[in-house]
Amino acid sequence: MLTILFDGIAYGMLLFILAVGLSVTMGLMNFINLAHGAFAMVGGYITVLLMQRLDVPFLWCLPIAFLGTALLGGVLERTLYRPLYNKPHLDQVLFSIGLTFMAVASVDYFIGPSQQFIQLPDWLKGRTELGQGAWMLGMGHYRLFIIAVCAALTVALQYVLSHTRFGSRLRASVDDQRVAAGMGINVNMVFLGTFAVGSGLAGLGGALGAEVLGLDPSFPLKFMIYFLIVVAVGGTSSITGPLLAALLLGIADVAGKYYIPTFGGFIVYGLMIAILIWRPQGLFVRQGGK
Amino acid sequence: MMNSTPMSNTQNLLMQSGRWKLWEYPLWLLALASPFVLSSHALIINEIAIVALFAVSLDLILGYTGIVSLGHAAFFGMGAYSAALFSKHVMPDPLVGLAFGMACATLLGALCSATIMRGTDLTRLMVTLGIGLILMELANKMSWLTGGADGLQGVVMGPLLGQFEFDLRGQTAAGYSLVVLLVLFALARRLVNSPFGATLMAIRDNRLRAMAIGIPVTSRLALVYTVAAALAGAAGALLAQTSGFASLDVFEFHRSADVMLILVIGGVGWLYGGVVGAVVFKLLHDVISSITPQYWTFWIGLFLVVLTLVGRERLIRPWTWFKSGTAGGKS
Repeated sequence: MLTILFDGIAYGMLLFILAVGLSVTMGLMNFINLAHGAFAMVGGYITVLLMQRLDVPFLWCLPIAFLGTALLGGVLERTLYRPLYNKPHLDQVLFSIGLTFMAVASVDYFIGPSQQFIQLPDWLKGRTELGQGAWMLGMGHYRLFIIAVCAALTVALQYVLSHTRFGSRLRASVDDQRVAAGMGINVNMVFLGTFAVGSGLAGLGGALGAEVLGLDPSFPLKFMIYFLIVVAVGGTSSITGPLLAALLLGIADVAGKYYIPTFGGFIVYGLMIAILIWRPQGLFVRQGGK
Repeated sequence: MMNSTPMSNTQNLLMQSGRWKLWEYPLWLLALASPFVLSSHALIINEIAIVALFAVSLDLILGYTGIVSLGHAAFFGMGAYSAALFSKHVMPDPLVGLAFGMACATLLGALCSATIMRGTDLTRLMVTLGIGLILMELANKMSWLTGGADGLQGVVMGPLLGQFEFDLRGQTAAGYSLVVLLVLFALARRLVNSPFGATLMAIRDNRLRAMAIGIPVTSRLALVYTVAAALAGAAGALLAQTSGFASLDVFEFHRSADVMLILVIGGVGWLYGGVVGAVVFKLLHDVISSITPQYWTFWIGLFLVVLTLVGRERLIRPWTWFKSGTAGGKS
């Protein structure tokens, strides 16, 4: 049972890293970006290709995946996304679905439709077991690694958001874009930076999750719904909301698949619909925002 | 003109937009004749009619009421499976099956309409998407009823009206789908041109004001969502009946995305938009997938990106292409 909880937490942390960028961009720019999963896929493929073709060690691949995806995100934000900020949501949805379709088809074309695997280094392969009986806790080392990395990132993000100048600018822009611009904050630069970092985090999450979630060209479509659940349930005004939502989702999904495998999918979707009917703005939303 | 009887004038003007125009009669006659004139293309004409009906149903909620839905395939699939099961286990008559499929989809729509009342666009997007996925899981898991991932096979249709057999060339099928499309299109058209339709547009444009002038927003939304579900169910039923097969594919996400694309190609908030979009989309699909069968989604994606960057209001109005300035912004 503890093992399931542990796996659920690892899964949830991973989802959080994948989705946090989406949550911030959605709260900041009010932009529904369905192509977020495509960035995660890019990160995953960067890692896979570097490891297979160039024999780069796994640990080096992670920062490269982050930087590569962040760069891509920044370029796309500047060229394609910016004109769409003021368009209606329908346009944004169509645009980002289109981008996702393109990403899926191009990966399919250049790399092939088969699932990709990552050769983990040996020290991440093992598994430690503590206790016994019903309370046995089996921890895969790789899952432990994921939790450690994601927790460190979460703490770092929280620190940046609440204690640095950039963080306060970002929060100001999220709260009220026009007033923030009026106070002399370069909102466009804040947007660009945030979008790039958010995409980079998605790429990092994709790289980390390639082993756990599986990586093939349909990745963005398969996991799009999960990211969106995290954002919709967690709300877009803070990062603790998505974090809790991601953990909830991860644990519910893993436990559901383990205990009642025939109903695995229903639990997550049913839970989401119930929560959204109950609290349409998300579970953890501050009152009085815009 | 204004000083004589402004009231009846306004009324006349409003009625005018609802009347059938002169060009519409030959258009539909041509459409109805097409499966027999172009008998070798009857199959694709059938598909176009089905997709057009599906797009018209989405237009009711997206274009006229402003509900962004990514799960419209739920009703399409519901109609398809219930019609196929009905003809397999109860009776093979197509018209009764169609009615049954529509009834099931209507019921589902009425139930689901409770989920789209509150929240932002994102919430609605998620809820509709979730319902579509849940139905797909259901169809997948209830394999004793639906055949699971293999699809529902062995659906045999009886002759239409006891007279016309469904043949392999698909002329009967195409004619049948076109007639159903015409009838339901006429109904939808009547609906959006009625005072009811006007209240829908008022809700779309400003929900708060609509509420303030006394429009019962919740019941209107529920009603239009249910009607749209019924039309989508009819489209699904037609697909299952004319192909004699229902598979999980009818619930797939790409179906909901495709139909949205179709509507956007043709123009949102205009019933013919769905029809025009369906023709263009199916023909494009046919051409592109004959060139690159596997990668045609790339071109669809590229098309979507360019479309939204140029502005979809401009694409369907070619005379604005060469004017500079900021078109768009309005939806």
